[in-house]
Amino acid sequence: MAEVRYEAASRLYPGSEIPAVNELNLDITDGELLVLVGPSGSGKSTALRMLAGLETVTSGSVHINDVDVTLKPPQDRDIAMVFQNYALYPSMTVAENMGFALKQAKVPKEKRNELVREAARILDLEPYLDRKPKNLSGGQRQRVAMGRAIVREPQVFLMDEPLSNLDAKLRVQTRTELADLQARLGVTTVYVTHDQVEAMTMGDRVAVLKDGKLQQVDRPRTLYSRPANRFVAGFIGSPAMNLVEVDRQKGGFSLGGVDVPLNDETTAAVAAASGSSMTVGVRPEHLALGSSGLAGKVTVVEELGSESYVHVSVSHQGSDEVLVVRSGGETDIERGDTVHIGFNGPMHVFGTDGERLGS
Amino acid sequence: MAIFTRAPKAEPILGQNRLVANLLGLLTWFIGLLFFFPLFWLVLNGFKEESVANASPTLIFDPTLDRFREVTEANAGLLSFAEAFGNSFWIVLISTIFVMILAVPAAYALAIRPMRKWRDVLFFFISTKFLPIVGIIMPIWIIARDLNLLGTRTVLVVLYTAMNLPLAVWMLRSFFAEVPKELIEAAQIDGCSLLGQLRQVILPIVAPGLAATALLCVIFAWNEFFFAIQLNPTGASTIPVWVNSQQKFQGQFLAGLSAASVLATLPVVVAGWAAQKRMIRGLAMGAIK
Ligand SMILES: Nc1ncnc2c1ncn2[C@@H]1O[C@H](COP(=O)(O)OP(=O)(O)OP(=O)(O)O)[C@@H](O)[C@H]1O
Ligand SMILES: [Mg+2]
Repeated sequence: MAEVRYEAASRLYPGSEIPAVNELNLDITDGELLVLVGPSGSGKSTALRMLAGLETVTSGSVHINDVDVTLKPPQDRDIAMVFQNYALYPSMTVAENMGFALKQAKVPKEKRNELVREAARILDLEPYLDRKPKNLSGGQRQRVAMGRAIVREPQVFLMDEPLSNLDAKLRVQTRTELADLQARLGVTTVYVTHDQVEAMTMGDRVAVLKDGKLQQVDRPRTLYSRPANRFVAGFIGSPAMNLVEVDRQKGGFSLGGVDVPLNDETTAAVAAASGSSMTVGVRPEHLALGSSGLAGKVTVVEELGSESYVHVSVSHQGSDEVLVVRSGGETDIERGDTVHIGFNGPMHVFGTDGERLGS
Repeated sequence: MAIFTRAPKAEPILGQNRLVANLLGLLTWFIGLLFFFPLFWLVLNGFKEESVANASPTLIFDPTLDRFREVTEANAGLLSFAEAFGNSFWIVLISTIFVMILAVPAAYALAIRPMRKWRDVLFFFISTKFLPIVGIIMPIWIIARDLNLLGTRTVLVVLYTAMNLPLAVWMLRSFFAEVPKELIEAAQIDGCSLLGQLRQVILPIVAPGLAATALLCVIFAWNEFFFAIQLNPTGASTIPVWVNSQQKFQGQFLAGLSAASVLATLPVVVAGWAAQKRMIRGLAMGAIK
């Protein structure tokens, strides 16, 4: 039973100008799997390590279960962490690795063995208990690292890109297993990844970081359907949302010479915002190829089997913009074809400062 | 440490490069043998009669163990082989233990929890080796005399500890620096105390490094001659001083001296050879895997 709370928590590394984590406010509820996602260098690991007690909090505070742990050392926080490179103790066997924390806590040997065996059973590690980490495959090592975390039954699991050293197929398989295990154990988990697909598929909620600042935290679906700003819009979703810089027009905007209207609410929001330009975002599945609409030339066709993504170059405000359009599988569209694009879904409008104005 | 990296497997070499490679190989063997030859000759001489050793060089002779017997015989009033060996053994052992006890925490601090200006600290350690020992032997001698330590084993233990400490700190630091930071953090999170982290997590990983460092300290202390002859030339002295005492002012002593030299060299060669294989295997092993 644990809740985690960051209160305006910042980390400024000595010698750097801007904080790696900047006034982070985040509430994580009991049993939740919260994913921290963001591009490289956005401060995800730093935020996680602040919660672990491995990184000094320069200002603000971190709470676990309403207890201020900002100044507590890692061993007093009752947390377990899974590292990207697993950090298994090379001189110890799998069983010793998994039982190490229990041994430190002076759990009697009998009890310890029992807990280790139980964790090994959950993770299919029973045949490997007497092996050294160096004699395990990457996937097995990953599971040992997980096992080391779960035997302790900690308040909070912290995971820093625990799947990034696995090959693509195993990664996909493991991420569902991991999310399932977390849900069964019901232990509050903070999970760091730079892979937005991983974030979207695993997270109960996802927090998007950029340059140390929290951009948005919400359920995956909301993040996808109502991105709070231009950055989140472009970061979440694969392939990425089409984002085009357009000039304001009364009641809408013009894209490649085609006038597109906006609803009244959004129009009002646009009118109230400062700046003269705005950004319009449309997801590839909300564009369709048809016989009329915005004309353009096909530059690339990505065939994925069940669907395809057609990259169309359109002329907009004197330069070429590439729009990605989702189309059916087994398409006969080819590079060089001239096609027409229509809108068949929501559009997202972002102001000059990147903030969402409406859709 | 560069000295202990595993040699890459030789790739087959094709065409013109092959000739060059063969020539280089030949040259290497030649140089190697050139270096080895004096040692070889020394060992041979140890098995000769004095008259044969001092005559024109020959490979054909009746080998004898008499020289070894003579040099190891105890002579009243002189430093005997057995005494010197015992002295060397204890002085080397105790000084090396002291060095390791002092160097491990220092290296830990420098590598794992570096403070500001740790590089300067490291430089200070190694800079103590810049001083020519000849230049400081006088004050050391006076201090030793005033402390009544002249002619004792204690003075050599102290000096050998001081002599090897910078090197050990320097070496151990580089081994400690290779311990992945995450391992220590994982141990911290697992609730391991500082001493526990050192004992249970770090030391098993750096064990080959510890062994390599200790071995070097043993070798340097075993071989040390200058301090020993200056501060402790008598009954409590070490093997190098004993070897030196085999030079006679009269008569022939080349074969005897050779035999003594072989005896002095043997322990170091054996220790080095035994430790080498294990250390290389240990050091080549990736810690994080
Ligand atoms: N020990 C450090 N000293 C100084 N700056 C650091 C240190 N560690 C990280 N930083 C900086 O802090 C910022 C955030 O780093 P962090 O490791 O948290 O990023 P991240 O989001 O985890 O990135 P990645 O996906 O690459 O792991 C980066 O700009 C990085 O350069
Ligand atoms: Mg990171």
